[in-house]
Amino acid sequence: MARGVGSMTGLPPPGTQPIVRLRHPWTWAACVITGLIAALVLYSVATNPAFEWGVVAQYMLDGQILAGLARTAELTVAAMLIGLLLGTLLAVMRLSRNILLSVMSWLYIWAFRSVPVLVQLIFWYNFGALYPHIVLGIPFGPVFYSANTNAVITPLTAALAGLGLAQAAYTAEVIRAGILSVPPGQTRAAKALGMGPTTIFFRIVFPQAMRVVIPPIGNEVISMVKNTSLVSVIALAELLYTAQLIYSRTYQTIPLLIVASLWYLIVVSVLSAGQHFLEHRYRHRA
Amino acid sequence: MSEPPAPRAPMVRIQGLVKRFGGRDVLRGIDLEVETGSVMCIIGPSGSGKSTLLSCINHLEPYDGGKIWVGGELVGYREHRDRLYELPEHRIARMRARIGMVFQHFNLFPHMTALQNVMEAPIRVKRLPVDRVRREALRLLDQVGLAGKAGQFPAQLSGGEQQRVAIARGLAMEPQLMLFDEPTSALDPELVGDVLAVMKDLARSGMTMVVVTHELAFAREVGDALTFMDGGLVVERGAPRAVLSAPAEKRTQEFLSRVL
Ligand SMILES: Nc1ncnc2c1ncn2[C@@H]1O[C@H](COP(=O)(O)OP(=O)(O)OP(=O)(O)O)[C@@H](O)[C@H]1O
Ligand SMILES: [Mg+2]
Repeated sequence: MARGVGSMTGLPPPGTQPIVRLRHPWTWAACVITGLIAALVLYSVATNPAFEWGVVAQYMLDGQILAGLARTAELTVAAMLIGLLLGTLLAVMRLSRNILLSVMSWLYIWAFRSVPVLVQLIFWYNFGALYPHIVLGIPFGPVFYSANTNAVITPLTAALAGLGLAQAAYTAEVIRAGILSVPPGQTRAAKALGMGPTTIFFRIVFPQAMRVVIPPIGNEVISMVKNTSLVSVIALAELLYTAQLIYSRTYQTIPLLIVASLWYLIVVSVLSAGQHFLEHRYRHRA
Repeated sequence: MSEPPAPRAPMVRIQGLVKRFGGRDVLRGIDLEVETGSVMCIIGPSGSGKSTLLSCINHLEPYDGGKIWVGGELVGYREHRDRLYELPEHRIARMRARIGMVFQHFNLFPHMTALQNVMEAPIRVKRLPVDRVRREALRLLDQVGLAGKAGQFPAQLSGGEQQRVAIARGLAMEPQLMLFDEPTSALDPELVGDVLAVMKDLARSGMTMVVVTHELAFAREVGDALTFMDGGLVVERGAPRAVLSAPAEKRTQEFLSRVL
């Protein structure tokens, strides 16, 4: 019908009439100017001798730096694991009908999210000043285990406590939101089939909550890579503190900070790519 | 087959059922019996308490007064010296495992395939061997006309297909009673027939069913009894043909004249 009318009124057949797209000259102009500025910056960075690129290249694959990088990776993984496990527990407690559990979880999240992680790290590191001895046993009864606090709280345990316990508070909120995003009909259907609360949580609710939780957790992992550098204040030889150790000896401050920065850039870029890939896959399966 | 049917106890017996939501009486003294092997259809206006009644039968909602027995067993409580004591969660779960339920919005588990949806409860609740459960689940999917869709996720199925998977999922627990809450209300009209056909087969196989529905033709053809509810009360009940063509109560007449 439409074609008949078109040919009768002398219009060209559909899809053949040329269309002139709107032009954006200012976008092009901005691109050229930005390109010029970028070239200038690059040129200055490459030629300014104070960057000492030779030193950067020398230390990029230095054994000490790589050991620091490995420590950073270990800390990230361990602290995130603590955060995920404890965070899940806190989220479940927070959503529990049991008022005691719910309030305890609320208090934990409130406290650990309010105090800066840096302060928490220093606090755990100095825990020995508060309780010189750690004792396991029955109160006012027999003692099973007793140790000097400074022997137990090494920089590593202080770092894991500081990063992991704070991370648990953040993760708990993310997981709680994930659990709440699962429609109540899912729980009703599972209950109607005779499933108990544990089965319902692990087989029905949690897997669906994960879908919502994975993107923000990915962001948390990336933040954690960078947050591990806070641990340098308690003299744990992760990437930043290793760089500091070296430049306090050689006074090549800027190049070693660049070495550390480049490694953070590389690790975060790889993780971001992985996160993008994961999200993409989840979206397609849903 | 041709033996005279033995006198049987009702599968569901409800006495003076009261349910409140926040101080408001939603069910105000329901009495109802569903014979074993029969199909009870429930109709009534929106908000009359039909879904709430079904949820009380498998104790998804605890009730506030009266009693419900399923298969001769009191639902949700233990009676001792004139008092009802709440049962622990695992006892209630065991009872629910014997009652299948089909929801208006299917409520399939979206992270599992059709086959996994059907297999999940027999494996996790009854702890039956996986091979046996898989064989039985495939048979059930075939029975509801979805033999080829076992590997599909719910999002890849039409509403009618999803609802038939949901029916198979309920049947996999070998329930003695099936509850249907408006199983076809969320479906496009051309998909309703397939689901009703599956339910009709099920009724013919002798399954005891309680069906909340707006499909009056289904109630007339398949139902053994029909209950009309309004305002949290049973207003009228009887043989579907009788209630639908010659309702005794004025409220039933009004409702039917509005739906028909
Ligand atoms: N969880 C709840 N909390 C508070 N009120 C509720 C809840 N569930 C149902 N109600 C109320 O109870 C009444 C009966 O609801 P119910 O869902 O049983 O009606 P229905 O007959 O199934 O209606 P429909 O045909 O719309 O499904 C309604 O007024 C509803 O608002
Ligand atoms: Mg309803």
